[in-house]
This record gives sequence, C-alpha cells and structure tokens, in this order.
Amino acid sequence: MAMERSYPAVLADRYAELAPTLAHHSVGWLNRLREESAARYRSAGLPTPRVEAWRFTNLKDLVATDFALAQALPPVALDSLPRSSLLAVNGHVLAFVNGKLRADLSTLDDLPAGVTLLPLSEALRREEGILSAHLGRVVETVENPFIDLNTALMEDGIVLSLAEGAVLDKPLHIVSIGVSTQGGDKPVAFFPRLLAVLGKNARATIFESHAGIGDGAYLSAMLSEIRLEEGAHLEHYQLQNEGRAAFHIANAYAQLAAGAVYDHFALQIGSRLSRNEVHAALLGEGARCHMNGAYLGLDKQHLDSTTFIDHAVPGCSSREVYKGVLDGQAHGVFQGKILVRRDAQQTDGHQLNRALLLSRGAEVNAKPELEIYADDVKCSHGATVGELDETQLFYLQARGIDRDSARALLIEAYVQEALDEIGNAEARLPFQRLVGGWLKSRKD
Amino acid sequence: MVGTAETLEQVQALEDRKYKYGFVTDIEMERAPKGLSEETIRFISAKKGEPDWMLEWRLKAYRHWLTMEEPDWAKLGYPPIDYQDAYYYAAPKSKDDKPKSLDEVDPELLATYEKLGIPLQEQKWLAGVAVDAVFDSVSVATTYKKKLEEKGIIFCSISEALRDHGDLVRQYIGSVVPYSDNFFATLNCAVFTDGSFVYIPKGVRCPMELSTYFRINASETGQFERTLIIADEGSYVSYLEGCTAPQRDENQLHAAVVELVALDDAEIKYSTVQNWYPGDENGVGGIYNFVTKRAACRGRNSKVAWTQVETGSAITWKYPSCILQGDNSVGEFYSVAITNNRQQADTGTKMIHIGKNTRSTIISKGISAGRANNTYRGLVKIMPKAENARNYTQCDSLLIGSKCGAHTVPYIEQRNPTAKVEHEATTAKISEDQLFYCQQRGLSEEDAVSVIVNGFCKEVMKELPMEFAVEAQKLIGISLEGSVG
Repeated sequence: MAMERSYPAVLADRYAELAPTLAHHSVGWLNRLREESAARYRSAGLPTPRVEAWRFTNLKDLVATDFALAQALPPVALDSLPRSSLLAVNGHVLAFVNGKLRADLSTLDDLPAGVTLLPLSEALRREEGILSAHLGRVVETVENPFIDLNTALMEDGIVLSLAEGAVLDKPLHIVSIGVSTQGGDKPVAFFPRLLAVLGKNARATIFESHAGIGDGAYLSAMLSEIRLEEGAHLEHYQLQNEGRAAFHIANAYAQLAAGAVYDHFALQIGSRLSRNEVHAALLGEGARCHMNGAYLGLDKQHLDSTTFIDHAVPGCSSREVYKGVLDGQAHGVFQGKILVRRDAQQTDGHQLNRALLLSRGAEVNAKPELEIYADDVKCSHGATVGELDETQLFYLQARGIDRDSARALLIEAYVQEALDEIGNAEARLPFQRLVGGWLKSRKD
Repeated sequence: MVGTAETLEQVQALEDRKYKYGFVTDIEMERAPKGLSEETIRFISAKKGEPDWMLEWRLKAYRHWLTMEEPDWAKLGYPPIDYQDAYYYAAPKSKDDKPKSLDEVDPELLATYEKLGIPLQEQKWLAGVAVDAVFDSVSVATTYKKKLEEKGIIFCSISEALRDHGDLVRQYIGSVVPYSDNFFATLNCAVFTDGSFVYIPKGVRCPMELSTYFRINASETGQFERTLIIADEGSYVSYLEGCTAPQRDENQLHAAVVELVALDDAEIKYSTVQNWYPGDENGVGGIYNFVTKRAACRGRNSKVAWTQVETGSAITWKYPSCILQGDNSVGEFYSVAITNNRQQADTGTKMIHIGKNTRSTIISKGISAGRANNTYRGLVKIMPKAENARNYTQCDSLLIGSKCGAHTVPYIEQRNPTAKVEHEATTAKISEDQLFYCQQRGLSEEDAVSVIVNGFCKEVMKELPMEFAVEAQKLIGISLEGSVG
C-alpha cells in the first residue's frame, strides 16, 4: 500500500542512445560527468509525492509520457508563435527550438570587451576553459535528479562569462520554443543549459522566454548554473509561457560571493505542469538576493514555484515576494525555504507569499519554511490565501465600476505588488504586458 | 508577577542544575516479558481482563504496525529504537487488591506524589482538582468520582471504562485516531496499558478541572497511554495533563494517543504541561515522546482548544490537531515549546477545516537554547466545502545562544476560495536592550532571561488554567537555566 519514494527514471535509457551522437563526445571530462550523472539519475529515478520536497507536485503524468530526444529541427513555421507570448526585449538573442540552436533567429551583435557569450554547443566544440572550470561546479553537491538528467542529456544552451568589471551592454534574451510533435511521433524532451559566470563587479541582465507551439506535450527541463564573484550583479528574469500541454521543469542555482547581488523574477503562466526552482547560496558577506515571482493559473494547470535561499555567512540579506492567482481548477504551489546557517549572524531575511483563489476548484498549497541556526538574525515570513476583498469590490462598485471590471482591477493590482518588486523599470514593462494579456484572456 | 518572582526563586534554588523531579521510586513491578509480540499483547489484554473485541483490535493494530515504517520526516535525530528491547507492561503489584481509599495506597507511591506536589490529599480540595493519577500504567487512585457521578460525568481509567462502559468506549475509541493512523499511534493501539476516559453528558458543565498526572517510573518501560474524552451535546470540560519523570540514563519511549470528541455545542479545553526528563547537558538519557493527539469537532458550534507547554523530553514529536467537521466549529492551538541543551522538539498542529464557517487560531512560541533544535510544523487544510473558513497562524521563535536552531515549517492547503488563511512567522533573539534594561534594575542575567521569555510566551500562558500557569511559569525559568552567560 505504501507509495514508493521514486518513480522509474524516465529517459534514462536515452543516454546510451545519445552518447555516440554527441558532437562533442570526444571531450573526456565531460563524458565522465555525463556518465556519472546518467548513472546517478538511473538509480535515483524521479521523486514521488512521498519525497517531502515534492509532496505537492506529482510527476506521474510526466513519468507516464514516453518522451524521445528532439531530433532534427521541426518543420514548423515559427510565425505561428504570437510575438506577445514572449518577453519584448531588445538585446542579444539566443533562440532555441526544441533545445536546438536556431542561428537564424539569434542575434549576437558585437560584444563588449571582457564578455564571452556563445551557444553551449559551440563552447563544447572549442572546449572552452570556462566550461571545464565551471560546468557542473555550482550544482556539484546538490541532490536533484533533474540536475543529473540535464547534465546527462543536455545538447545545447548558453554560456555567458564576464571578466572582472565587464558589463554586458544589452540584456541577453534566451528564447526557448517547444514545438510539440504531430501525428504518431513521440513527444520530445530537451534540456537547455545555462552557465553564467560573472567576474568581480561585472554586470549583466538575462531574460528568458519559454514558449510553445502546438497543442501536444513536450518536456522542457532547463538547468541554470550561476556564479557571481565579488560585487557582481546579475538581473535574471524568467517567463514560463510554455504550450498548454507541456511539462516545464526548470532549476536555477546561483552562488553569490561577497557583495554580489542576484535579482530574480519569474512569471509562470504557461504549461500543464511546471516547477520552477530557484536556489541562491549567499556565500560571501554582504551578498544580497531578491527572489520574486508570480504565478497565474487557469483550467487544470499545475504551477509550482519552489525557492531556496541559503544564508551561509554573516551580514547577507534576502527578500522574497511571490503572488499567485488561480482560476478554474488550477493548482498553485509555493515552497520557499530560508536557511540561516550557524555563522550567518546579522542575516536579514524576509519572505511574503500571497495567493488569490478566484474559483471553486482552484487550489493552493504553500509551504514557507524557516530553518535558523544563528541567533542574531531578523527573519520572517508571511503567507495568506483567500479571495478578493468584498469591501474593496464594494468600494469600486460604489464608484460606478461594474463588478467584473472591479474584479479585474483588483486582480491586476494584486499581481502588480509582485511586479513592483522588479527594481528595473525597463524589465518590469514586458512582464506587465504579459500579465495584462493574461487578465484579458481570462473569462469571469 | 507572583509567578515570575517564584520563577526566580526556583532558578536560585536549582544551582546544582539537577532535574527537579529526578528520583526513582522503588516499587515492585509486575512485568510482561520483554519485547513485542502477539503474546505480549495477549498478556496485556488478559491482565486487564479486556473484552474480546478489544484484543482483536489490538492484534489488528499490531499486524498493521508490522507493515509500517517509522516516520523520518521530522527534524529529529536519535539512535534507532529497538522495539524488542523494552517492556510493554508494568503495573504496581498492588493492582489485584486495588485500594479502596487513599490509606491503602502504597505509601511510597504517595510519597512520590508528595514530592511532585500532586494534590492527592487535602491539597486536592484547595486546588479544586480531581486527580486520576497514573503511576506507570495502572490507575491507583481516582478522586472526586462521587461528585462527578452526581452530574453523570464518567472520569475513570480507560481499563475501568472498558469494563463498566464498554459500549461507549467501543463507539468512540479509534474513531478519531484510527488503528492504522501512524507508526506510533498504531503501536499504541496494540500495546496501550492505561489512560483516562472522560464522558460529559448532554448539557453538563463539568464543575471542576479534570486532571491526570502521568508518571514514567520503571526503568525501560515504555509508556503507552490512551486517553479518550467525549463531550456530548452542549457540555463543557477542561482537562489538564501534566507530567514529570524521574531521572535515569535509559532512553524511554513514550507513544501516547489522545482522542477528543466534541458534539454539537460542546467545548473541550485540553491543557498540557509536559516536563519529562530531557536528558542531561550532553543529551544522555531523556524521554522520547511520540504523541498523537487529535480532536474531532463533530457537532455544530463545537470547540476544542489545545494549550501546551512543552519543556521536557529529549525528543518531542507531537501535533495536537483539530478536525473541524461541524459547521461553525472552532479549533485553537496555543503552544510554548522550550528546548535547551540537546533537546529536540518537532511540534505543531493540524487544523483540518471541513465544515462551513469553521475557524482556527494557532499561536506558537518556540524557544531554543543551548544546542537544542526546535521546529514548529503545522498544517492548515481548507477542504472544498469549508465555506468562509478562517485561519490565523502566528509562529514566533526565540533563539538564545548561537548553537541552537529554530525552524518553522507551516503547510497551507487551500481549496475553497471563500476561506481565508493567514500565516505569520518571525524569528528573533533577546535583545541586548531588553537584557540591559532588566539587569540595570537589579536582575541577574538569568532572571532577566526568565522574565523576558515569560513575556514572550504570555499570549499562550494566559490560556492555561490558573494552577497550571503558575507551574508553567516556573518551568520556563527552570528549563532555560544555564542557557546564558
């Protein structure tokens, strides 16, 4: 009767299939890394809800799907993807379709001095020193089967490296488009990888747009490794707007040295089942982390936002605001953990999670968690779940605004609270457009 | 302030830093053979002259238990427990000729209670408390029975209840915590030896606070208490549970089950002061306390309030819960958990909102000192039909010293849009300003800590019945002794 703690390792057998075809499989250290990862993944499998970290998100549908690795680029006209489903950003673009680079859609203009920005496939071919020095390092000690799965099966991705003091002149926009297969073909799975290493006092901004074409299933499972040296500053913005039958499992791990700043925001509106994990380890004094996000769910969507902030040294601060709006029979999950280690005195950590249920059948599960081993700290979290405030609705209606408009207005204001956390006004704008579009598409 | 002053005296008086209630009473025990088997269970059941259905239920639980795994999700670390290396039944020898009056009670036992300050003699009157004292497993004295009987209230040991009110027990036992509920509760079903049974008839307000003192005494004897309280329509009862235990080095397992049933308009107030031996400064010895406490608010407007002050035990694993089934029913949980030295506590509550307009309040204060770890773990679950349900949760943690840990793990599961759930948690330390202020007025650092911590816990302490509140304030002072400086 007892439920097992792990599902079978889907896709594990694909490694054997992939290994000989990997263009870069002559790179010894990388192949070892892949093989170890594949072996670890095969024996661990995928977690069931019996595993504490996965109690609210059940991967059974994902496990039941027979995925294939993406082969050649699909013959689909990308015009069918509305522009409005991506973040509107001017910058360097690296575009991927089913995890494979689309050079024709990418624009890497002249890069400033000290900036290395190239597709992972190219970096692998050249065996950039940056890869052997950093790939897999940030997540070396982390237990997470999706890390191993990504490492074993990744084919392409993004490598961004900034030398000391370098500044990426324009934002980098990573566009990942999943195209579901037609007819009898198996749904595809792809594993983009981002490696971002910012040297001392370097600055960069990264946007990610994940979107989909077609009504079928696919799996997009990105892994991001981010290393910020002293005083480096990274703004990292994610949009998850995958196809409505897609699975999206993304993991981002950031390490911050002294005085580094990691500004993060994630908006989740797409997919049938998604889990967006963001982890930040504050390893140097005075590091700061802002981890914010919003999730807007409709129909039977399952949207999971899981965050983890590790205060390892004294004098760091973190701030987190997540807002959820759930309509239809959507299921929202927020898990946010703040760990304050023994040495991390003078930690300042705050977290707020609020969710709004708009309909019967919608559900929210929240688990904000504090684990604290230092005494001189200020830590708090707050969580609320409820519906729109009747008195606020009444206030607006009394001023001649019809009920539907009043509701729309209040929901917008509710989400806006999370958007306001995006310090950079230019970055806020594209998210505002998407949220606006979502609100319009929603029927009361 | 009287209580606070006494706290200070108490701390002063305890310079030897020895557990106040650390003494072992030497009474001949009658034991079941060591280890756990169907034979042991039959022995216990026969010894207690139980009806067949009870034995069958125990065996069913035992067989299920064999298929279960010990839970590992709590933030607790302890060496594996060898369930075969313990005695599951120990009763004072004098059981067969149960004392008719206090004069017949083993004087050594009475002396034990005397030391504990249990008001078993005249003090009972003064305290206004009826005591069903549990010494290890068998109740040896029940007082005030007459007075309660006049009102139709049944307050006796569960063994007696099985004999005299079998149908009532059969109707309710296992109805809140089923035999298959969890590893420790299932073990309890199989081997429970005694506990209290309370039935408050319709419309009756229990005229006094009912109280059971639990004592763990015999070395290596796990304690498996089972308490069942039923408040019939429109009734009210306040029940106190307090515990102290003698000092020894053997770790002792305690897996109690408490079931509360509140019917229409009934109210149960259940207060606990738990002060079992926590182990010494190095974590040697101490009680392992794995308790399942759950209340079913079955009726309309029924109400259950859990209040607990947890200062003892090496390991505390305890989540007093409320199933808010009846419309408009109310669940409350007020908790102070103090851990010092190497103590570990993983405690909290579950509020399951099923009925309409159900409300729950959770106030939890965790204090961690020394090398202790203190975790609040709580679940608030709003089911789809719980229209207008409301929950408010506040969890505050206080850390004293830089080697302890304080953790907060709330779970919120919300499935009704008309319901509102609010959760707040903070973590802080005793500020230098507060300490300075107190010390500047002549308090020692330790006294100052006691005063400040008592203030931090005030919201919970005020929910305790008066006589408990005084004891609890003292305990707070004693528990944190040696945590500063």
